[in-house]
Amino acid sequence: MSVHRRQQRLFEPSLVKEAIGQSIIKLNPRVMFRNPVMFTVEIGTAIMLAVCIWTLTSKTDQGSFSYNFSIFLVLFFTLLFANFAEAIAEARGKAQAASLRKTRKDTPAKKIEILGDIFVNEIKIVPSSQLVKGDVFICETGDIIPTDGEIIEGIATIDESAITGESAPVIRESGGDKSSVTGGTKVLSDKIKVKVTTEPGESFLDKMIALVEGASRQKTPNEIALTILLAAFTLIFIIVCVTLKPFGDYAQTPITIAAFISLFVCLIPTTIGGLLSAIGIAGMDRALRANVIAKSGKAVETAGDVDTLLLDKTGTITIGNRKATNFYPAPNIAIEEMVQASILSSLADETPEGKSIVELGKQSNLDYNTFIVPEILHKINFSAETRSSGVDLANGKKIRKGAYDAIKKMVTDAGNTFPAETGAQVSQIAQNGGTPLVVIENNKVLGVIELQDIIKPGIQERFDRLRKMGVKTVMVTGDNPLTAKFIAEKAGVDDYIAEAKPEDKMNYIRREQALGKLVAMMGDGTNDAPALAQADVGVAMNSGTQAAKEAGNMVDLDNDPTKLIEIVEIGKQLLMTRGTLTTFSIANDVAKYFAIVPALFIISIPTLQGLNIMGLKSPESAILSAVIFNAIIIPLLIPLALKGVAYRPIGASALLRRNLFIYGLGGIILPFIGIKLIDLLVGLFM
Amino acid sequence: MNAELLGIIVMFVATLLLSIPLGRYIAKVYAGDKVWTDAILNPVEKLFFKLSRINPAREMNWKQHLAAMLTINLVWFLWAMFCLLNQSWLPWNPDHNPSQTPDLAFNTAVSFLVNCNLQDYSGETGASYFTQVFALMFLQFTSAATGMAAAAIVFNALRDRTTEKLGNFYNYFLKSITRILVPICIIIAALHAFHGTPMTFKGIDTVTSLQGDTMHVSRGPVAAFVAIKHLGTNGGGFYGTNSAHPLENPDYFTNTVQMIIQILIPFAMVFALGYYLRKKRLAWVFWGVMTIGFLCLVIPTIYAEIHGNPNIAHMGISQPGGNMEGKEVRFGSYASAFWSIATTVISTGSVNAMHDSFMPISGMNMMLGMMVNSFYGGVGVGFLNFFIYVILAVFMGGLMVGRTPEFMGKKIEAREMKIAMIVALLHPFLILAFTAVASHLTAHDANMGWWFADAAGKHNASGWLNNPSYHGFSEMLYQYTSSSANNGSGFEGLADNNPFWNITAGIVLLFSRFLPIIGPIAIAGLMAGKKFIPESSGTLKTDTGTFGILVFAVKVIIAALAFFPALALGPIAEFFSMK
Repeated sequence: MSVHRRQQRLFEPSLVKEAIGQSIIKLNPRVMFRNPVMFTVEIGTAIMLAVCIWTLTSKTDQGSFSYNFSIFLVLFFTLLFANFAEAIAEARGKAQAASLRKTRKDTPAKKIEILGDIFVNEIKIVPSSQLVKGDVFICETGDIIPTDGEIIEGIATIDESAITGESAPVIRESGGDKSSVTGGTKVLSDKIKVKVTTEPGESFLDKMIALVEGASRQKTPNEIALTILLAAFTLIFIIVCVTLKPFGDYAQTPITIAAFISLFVCLIPTTIGGLLSAIGIAGMDRALRANVIAKSGKAVETAGDVDTLLLDKTGTITIGNRKATNFYPAPNIAIEEMVQASILSSLADETPEGKSIVELGKQSNLDYNTFIVPEILHKINFSAETRSSGVDLANGKKIRKGAYDAIKKMVTDAGNTFPAETGAQVSQIAQNGGTPLVVIENNKVLGVIELQDIIKPGIQERFDRLRKMGVKTVMVTGDNPLTAKFIAEKAGVDDYIAEAKPEDKMNYIRREQALGKLVAMMGDGTNDAPALAQADVGVAMNSGTQAAKEAGNMVDLDNDPTKLIEIVEIGKQLLMTRGTLTTFSIANDVAKYFAIVPALFIISIPTLQGLNIMGLKSPESAILSAVIFNAIIIPLLIPLALKGVAYRPIGASALLRRNLFIYGLGGIILPFIGIKLIDLLVGLFM
Repeated sequence: MNAELLGIIVMFVATLLLSIPLGRYIAKVYAGDKVWTDAILNPVEKLFFKLSRINPAREMNWKQHLAAMLTINLVWFLWAMFCLLNQSWLPWNPDHNPSQTPDLAFNTAVSFLVNCNLQDYSGETGASYFTQVFALMFLQFTSAATGMAAAAIVFNALRDRTTEKLGNFYNYFLKSITRILVPICIIIAALHAFHGTPMTFKGIDTVTSLQGDTMHVSRGPVAAFVAIKHLGTNGGGFYGTNSAHPLENPDYFTNTVQMIIQILIPFAMVFALGYYLRKKRLAWVFWGVMTIGFLCLVIPTIYAEIHGNPNIAHMGISQPGGNMEGKEVRFGSYASAFWSIATTVISTGSVNAMHDSFMPISGMNMMLGMMVNSFYGGVGVGFLNFFIYVILAVFMGGLMVGRTPEFMGKKIEAREMKIAMIVALLHPFLILAFTAVASHLTAHDANMGWWFADAAGKHNASGWLNNPSYHGFSEMLYQYTSSSANNGSGFEGLADNNPFWNITAGIVLLFSRFLPIIGPIAIAGLMAGKKFIPESSGTLKTDTGTFGILVFAVKVIIAALAFFPALALGPIAEFFSMK
């Protein structure tokens, strides 16, 4: 499937402009209060402003006005940078959502006004925004579907490229598992009657937009725990800085307010504090970019923890449907006879399997000139009860094809014997992962058709990747256990549920959850709804029924069953980005201590020059360099926060080693270099 | 290799070799498995439970555990206060020592209750034998057993199952004493008695020296006291000068024995965790992290001590024995330096030399040992402190591998983080805030009134410092660090027997003892009630060197760096000024 991804530059000029405006608006203390780390920085900045005014208006021992003002400016920019990080993440998310919402502009809807039993219902044109839940409207060829709904009558081909980016039209019809239509998509043919399923402003997309915009953004459990950690760190450093005052008094070392506030701002985890909400929003945004609408931030985060993944075989592990690969005639039956019968039985068969039989038949050496298609009197569709299909022809022949046991029953009921050779062939096919389809004519066995599943190329590597992430994959299929086992082994899944009924899925999920595992699944049908609700991460396909979409906590606009793999990675990336930047932020403290602590005391205790291992020029330049480094590291890390730390499925221990090396050790070393360089630069002006 | 260095290496290796089988034994005792001591001790324990009407099979949840622990500790506190305030008329007081003043009694009772043994008094003149045995020695057993029982509760809670029931507190508590502390103490006390440590209830003896002078030698049940003082990482000496006293620690052999047994249980508890949870690798990783921390502190200290004082070297005086000021000749620089760090990383706080006279770098390392307080740490509680850092490391490490953090198959969420952070915050808060108050008072030379008076009767706050400048600051910082770490060693040089220091240190002791026990038990209790998640290849492995590095880094950055500015004004400034 060619999935078209909306790509967007990291710093789109229009978005940057909007974000800059927002970063000033967000200075409002009531907004800042949500982020305890940055709120304390704001207080510090305010105090520095007061100190600046004080030094300007009267003589103080707080150092020069220009020095104090520089500190104030740097702190002010620290705040702006942090706000900018959040604002740009929001702006990107909003832009992403807006491009989806563009499809939602007011379109005229042909609403059916119910006028009672006597009168013919009248069709009235109303703007889509006036449609409420329960309304019914009609869409004909060329119409844009005004809002989300469920088809209650009719079948139509629909162009969903506006939301999925997939140009091939899809078929949506009432009754089945593909009855949902999305607002903004276009009907290409036929006419459908649609019932509105959401109130205006409450569609999934609306909910997602609200999540990105922050109005209803709730902190996820991990985010809360991390905020506690960061708040506690902030508290520790408040203690460190406040107690320094009497320590300084004892040592007869006056410490300026600027130095106190600089030490404090440098030590508290401003880097992660400033980027934390941006990381969260970017995670939602990445999900949206993958055309997945998450109903909450928690759902994305939970996806990173998933232990077990339930995947439908068809469409996920194998390409679409089974294909016929071989004809095996029964003893004493000519291959031509069997192929002919097979084609005849499949001509009226619209199923993909049927079509593939015709296709395979045409490739055989059959002489088409002698092949006359008799009139089909009666067509028997495949059903779950009979597990067979076929045709009754005008020439009196009754051809059936179907599952081995169903056909065998027909044959033996009619008093005929089922040839042992064909029976052996059947089990041979099943063992090789194929599906045997026995063909009979007037209850006489002609032979067996082998249907094979085609495993998607590259799927083994994806499962391998998942295994390394620690995710167990489970294939769900209606196939018999033998076939299921073969395909499971070939595709490299860890487990399978064969001959699966909807309740089997549910039971499997419950069983895994009882073992403490988190389970993710994807589904579309109404009968998937309970399992989707039970699963920790339930991804409903957009084409699926409303019930399925309500039950899950994410909706995939692309209807791509392999999307789960991507979602798991997005979840992991989200947590990793938080973890690594926290580590980085805290590791930075080491260098900052060595920059500021000597600077605090050096004037009155010259021997402490020994601690100035970076050889910074003067106490003022050291303090200024440290706060400048602390400020500029935030915008430098914005791209990383927005893109997320790359996830590599190399096992948890290797991943920890790698991230600890890059962000831990790097976080210790980098500020030493950075502060020294800034000091050299600042030194030129001081 | 010189003999002194060999001596401390032998000490360390012997401790390790003894602690592994002891760890296995401890794990079996807490798990209720059969052990060889059952035959002798089962009837004894049954008698205790029968008399006290406690059913040791009744399992408690974490809240019940805490209630039991805190209640019984309160009872002991009141008992100790009673003894200390009334020892003058109580029996077994041959030297007619007076009762303690209320503020001193409060400090003493609290500090023994919390396994700290700060000792603002001198045992020879400040305590009767009755007090020494029934209040102080009694508390040395019970406080050690409280810590061990608390660790046992956490061990139990970390097992891979979901439950509320975490064993019986009294059962863990009693068995810690009967199965572990008492048997080892009997052996150690006997060894000391053979080497000349007094074990008598007779009063002061009078001896005539070779010069013909008359000496008064304090005696008492010292051998018994010394054994539990070290085994229980209590550190409170029978005599005022602690293990530097020739009768409390007569020779290099007893010094080695005391050294080994004070580290023995802190080592063994780590290995007990490994045996108990069947995670031996994890135990070795934890032990490795602690040992690296210990070595980072002990090696520079030994180096500083054996190279002597640069100021003396500048005077042209050779110091073949290293910095011998305040050290005992029978132990030498190596063993004294090793002891000074061992006693501070572990919460023993006994001393065999004068910490005030160590080199500034050594003083800093001693303080760092107490500031981190979990490079081994005290019996039981050392592991609990370590556990807090493990939780923090698990949280950061878990996020770094892209999963909701989990430890031992249990998720670490906001509630656990909140508790862990309160405990992690407490230690720097208590140390820095109280040192700040003392510094403020000193800097302004405040009139302390009732709170403080020096020998001359003056109430000036600066009077409590024997040394000015950086060293004076170190003395105050050390006192609160030692209190908050429940260590009990003194830098000395600080006039600490007065209401101000007695009461403030007492308050620090109470908070820093019980919150760090309540916190880990609460976290473990909450974890125990959570769903168990089996390990997958995406799970953060905690029994690896990488995780060990993470724990170490978390400890260094959170615990040690918070004190960097304070240390810069104390020992670091002194260090640079001595060159």
